[in-house]
Amino acid sequence: MKIIDWLADENNRGTLKKASYITLFIVFVADFFVHRHHATFIWDNIPGFGAVYGFVSCIVIIRVSKALGHAVLMKKEDYYD
Amino acid sequence: MIEWVHPGAILIIGAVLVPFLKGGIKQVYLLLLSALAFAAIVSSSHGTHGVVHILNQELVFGRVDRLSLVFGYIFGIMSFIGFTYGLHVKRDGEHMAALLYAGGSMGAVFAGDFITLFIFWEVMAFASLFLVWFKGDKASGEAGYRYILVHIFGGVCLLGGIIIYYANTGTLEFNAVKVGGPAFYMILIGFLINAAVPPFSAWLADAYPEATIMGAVFMCAFTTKTAVYVLIRGFAGTELLIWMGVIMAIYGVVYATLEGDARRLLAYHIISQVGYMVTGIGIGTEMALNGSTAHAFAHILYKGLLFMGVGAVIHMTGKRKLKELGGIYKTMPITMLLYMIGAFSISAFPLFSGFVSKSMVVTAAEESHIAWAVLLLTLASSGTFISLGLKLPYYMFFGKDSGIRTKEPPLNMLIAMGIAAFLCIAIGVWPDALYGVLPYPVDYHPYTAQHVMTALGILLFTALGFFMLLKKLDPEPTISMDTDWFYRKGGMLFLKIAERPVALVDAFVSELYSTIGFRPAKRIGGHLWEFDGKAVDGAVNGTSWIAQITAKVINFIDKYFVDGTVNGLALFVDIKSRILRRIQTGDAQNYALVMLLGVVFLMGVYYFY
Repeated sequence: MKIIDWLADENNRGTLKKASYITLFIVFVADFFVHRHHATFIWDNIPGFGAVYGFVSCIVIIRVSKALGHAVLMKKEDYYD
Repeated sequence: MIEWVHPGAILIIGAVLVPFLKGGIKQVYLLLLSALAFAAIVSSSHGTHGVVHILNQELVFGRVDRLSLVFGYIFGIMSFIGFTYGLHVKRDGEHMAALLYAGGSMGAVFAGDFITLFIFWEVMAFASLFLVWFKGDKASGEAGYRYILVHIFGGVCLLGGIIIYYANTGTLEFNAVKVGGPAFYMILIGFLINAAVPPFSAWLADAYPEATIMGAVFMCAFTTKTAVYVLIRGFAGTELLIWMGVIMAIYGVVYATLEGDARRLLAYHIISQVGYMVTGIGIGTEMALNGSTAHAFAHILYKGLLFMGVGAVIHMTGKRKLKELGGIYKTMPITMLLYMIGAFSISAFPLFSGFVSKSMVVTAAEESHIAWAVLLLTLASSGTFISLGLKLPYYMFFGKDSGIRTKEPPLNMLIAMGIAAFLCIAIGVWPDALYGVLPYPVDYHPYTAQHVMTALGILLFTALGFFMLLKKLDPEPTISMDTDWFYRKGGMLFLKIAERPVALVDAFVSELYSTIGFRPAKRIGGHLWEFDGKAVDGAVNGTSWIAQITAKVINFIDKYFVDGTVNGLALFVDIKSRILRRIQTGDAQNYALVMLLGVVFLMGVYYFY
């Protein structure tokens, strides 16, 4: 429980941010040293592909969904009443 | 010595006793029933059991093989968890509906022929309807009607398909359905409706968030996964399903991103996750079918856990909109931790269950060289993490403090969530236990350095993107249009169109009667009156008397007969339009009854010819 409180504490935001960036960096770099035993598609041989694809996916999903939502799908809550 | 006990029958027959038990005994009884059903499944030996001959037909209640057993196991486990979670619920009806529903799903899974399958299919639909209705408010009432109408439609498709199938093949055995022909497509549509494959998916996100808290936990486990089972059994390798599955996975993610209602968001992610299973079924290789089965198994546990976690928050706070929640972690830290285990599992973090099951489907797509499916499924898994691992916990448990102070839910809820969380991690850490019960032999190792690093890269950099775009994701007070638009707005349109002819006929009929009935009578009366006035000086009073009486009679006829007819017709039209309007607001019993009669009629036709 202490850990959660520490994570949620405003004062630790900075430390948390640094730790997160370091983790991201390690994950990204570590992918360059992984032994690639099988490669079905081209991207299986690109180191760091997962990181880039994950990031791009996230942006695309949020942007496209919200754009689609605001353009067509989202209606006021009493739409069917 | 009884050779085989039907696990579903234990639950369904056991439901009868629930209203006669009280308090602690009832709670023990519910747990005992689900434990007994699970024991019955575990002790089942492979083979065909429970064969009954009715009307020259062979009904097989117990086809036990590796495929039906693995679904049986997870249904048994989930029933036990579900009843533990709902132990505090006082309403007997809710427990009975849940027993019938879980029993029905076991019946469907062990059914060896189409008729038995259909019977349990309908038991499930109607039992689960009550899990929605017991919530007891207007929204759940209406959502329930829509839910059952969709499922009745699906049931009728299935039954029609079964009858044509029987006419074509002369058998009712439920095995792989031969490709092509109306029977193939009708049965497929029946199954796809229950699997919530778009465009037949709107019922799920419509009804599940309106169910009771315990009801939603049950519903998220059984209906779609029974459909996955029957699709594996009947339609493995149907290429169309690859497309549909991938679309499903993305579709659920898009809608979940827009959603601000906690349980509706979870519901859209059922659709997304079932998309992976449907894709696996479409690919149809042993690896893919294993993957679909494993994912269904893991999915029931983590999705149950997620629904239980969110259900606990709704139970304690009475709020379900993410906008109104926030900062709950301070008073519900255990619930939050257990929820996060479910969230990490569905997001396929290494060491959690989704990682070892979802990747089987993706790997199967890789082995079959379907590049676009691999890329899109990976994209969807990023979306899963956005909505369930980041957005929902951020706005519900952390985020802006809503000031709500509550406490942890009742102990039974926490225990149920604990069991599910334990199993999620156990499967993730020790996948061979799950792989050992899959229908085909497994030669797959999820924990390679490459796989782990790629997964971590995708997930962590998704998180980075999430926090960069956090502002964009603030929940908005909207609802999203889905394919239910067609029957919700369509219904209103029908009403408008229907009202106009009714009103026109009403006006026409009134006009008609006043033209040919009322006005001539009045005119005759007037003439007679005139004649009477002119005849006064003739001192023949009798004439005037007669004229007066005639006028009175005609007046009388006009008042009571013509007017009456007009009024009566207007009343009739009014009643008819009221009935029409009632049907529109969702008095579906009439529809249900008519359809049921239709089903009985069809069965009659089928048996006698």
